[in-house]
Amino acid sequence: MTRARTTTILLAALLAATIAGCAPQPDPAATGAGAAADCAPGALPTLAQGTLTIGTDQPVYPPWYLDDDPTSGRGFESAVAYAVADDLGYPRDRVTWVRVPFNAAIQPGPKTYDLNLTEFSITEERRRAVDFSSPYYDVRQAVVALKTSPLARSTTVAQLKGARLGAQIGTTSLEQLNASVAPTTPAAVYNTNDDGKLALSNGQTDGLVVDLPTAFQIVGSDLPEATIVGQLPAGGTLEQFGAVLDKDSPLTGCVSAAVDRLRERGTLAALEQQWIQADGAAPELR
Amino acid sequence: MSASAAAAGPPPPSPLARERAAYRRSRSRRSTLIALASTLVFAGLLVAAVAGSPGWPRVRETFLDPQIAWESLPAVLSGLWLNLRVLVVAEIGVLVLGLLIAVLRTLRGPVFLPVRLLATGCVDLFRGVPLLVALYLIGFGLPALRLQGVPTEAAVLGTLTLVLVYSAYVAEVFRAGIESVHPSQRAAARSLGLTHRQSLRLVVLPQAVRNVLPPLLNDFVALQKDVGLISVLGAVDAIRAAQIESARTFNFTPYVVAALLFVALAAPTGRIADAFARRATRARSGS
Repeated sequence: MTRARTTTILLAALLAATIAGCAPQPDPAATGAGAAADCAPGALPTLAQGTLTIGTDQPVYPPWYLDDDPTSGRGFESAVAYAVADDLGYPRDRVTWVRVPFNAAIQPGPKTYDLNLTEFSITEERRRAVDFSSPYYDVRQAVVALKTSPLARSTTVAQLKGARLGAQIGTTSLEQLNASVAPTTPAAVYNTNDDGKLALSNGQTDGLVVDLPTAFQIVGSDLPEATIVGQLPAGGTLEQFGAVLDKDSPLTGCVSAAVDRLRERGTLAALEQQWIQADGAAPELR
Repeated sequence: MSASAAAAGPPPPSPLARERAAYRRSRSRRSTLIALASTLVFAGLLVAAVAGSPGWPRVRETFLDPQIAWESLPAVLSGLWLNLRVLVVAEIGVLVLGLLIAVLRTLRGPVFLPVRLLATGCVDLFRGVPLLVALYLIGFGLPALRLQGVPTEAAVLGTLTLVLVYSAYVAEVFRAGIESVHPSQRAAARSLGLTHRQSLRLVVLPQAVRNVLPPLLNDFVALQKDVGLISVLGAVDAIRAAQIESARTFNFTPYVVAALLFVALAAPTGRIADAFARRATRARSGS
């Protein structure tokens, strides 16, 4: 009896010790978070000393990344990422990439990346959870439909209202679809644009809303039987992509400054020209 | 004499019996107190460990934001309405198809070999294929055939897939139930002059279904949650609605809202299953 009780008390003590033991200590490096770093080239307080870790989703799509390979420097976001890194004093061989699914990229715990470029639209609501760099791209949304569909001949937003439209989850395409079209049939929401494209070619949806560069990519190579119906009205605010950083990251200011310098130097415009053929060929829907 | 004894009632407990009863009461009071104290200490340690962690304020903000919970509730609720409708239709389909497959699998006689093989094949196939894969194959593959009359509605295709996959599980539950009925029951029914079908319908199945009610309800709860997977086909159910809200705000509170709603949905089913199980035990023990 006494033996049993001693064992019980020991076990309880062990349990308590375990719980106390797994309470993590505050990360000493994190205490400096929020303080503006001096952006010394190549010596930023990054996750891994001496290298810049850049995150992106898996898979990633053209024209943002070509062949699902962010390390190639090919594709708009890959090129921008390397340009930003270079400007911060991290040449190509000091950049590493990590693959981060959407939910993992925005979770509240420690991040596995220094900055993340995966077509993240900057919004005030999202700013409560993460930091955004200065915007590196201005986005428009477009509707894609099969050439054979009556929807393909629409010229006004009102003509889209009755159609079955789809968009990818977690995108502003979906938000803008609901805000500016407000379809009478609830929008279909897909995990990826690939699923959306499949549903479109199956005839399960009449149209797919994507950002304009993706729309050009779809009609250009993925789904030649489709066509761009037109661009959705821009709405109240301009939509822009920014790099996501951990909330109160010491790097945010440095990355923003780098993006701003690239814009002033015309590098961003040149990269846009090189990788995105969004030359305004898609008509505006009124 | 017997009347006076009845009026006096049972004799008062002996001092020894009273002492025993008092001892038992004190022991039970003591263990209640210990259980209470232990639970409080444990909960305290847990709260201290979680709330004292350096990331807690941010976790609370990200997962337990009351304002975002309130704002996301209408969207999640309207998604849950789709879940409920799909659940009811799918459950009816599953029970019918599952029972059919089970009965086909238990048919005897060499003539029925092809039917038995087909039923067994169905069970093996649909029980083996992961639900998510089955949803993709049927949900996107069936409309790709471009046949006349094939539905293209995500909810319809999703329900169809759920019925096929869950019937495979439920058929096996039904079959176990049918085989749990002692062969003598069937023999007795046949000797009374009932046909094979009559004995199955009137004697075997009622007992079989009662035996397997708890596992059937268990499958029902599993189905309640898996209904959410049809969202991969584009339908906006409760989980997908939560995901949309979460992507809009970069906040995970909508998932917690959806989780609580699903728990609220599953809890009653669990209690019903418990009640059935208790009743079955009582019936078997004959009290």
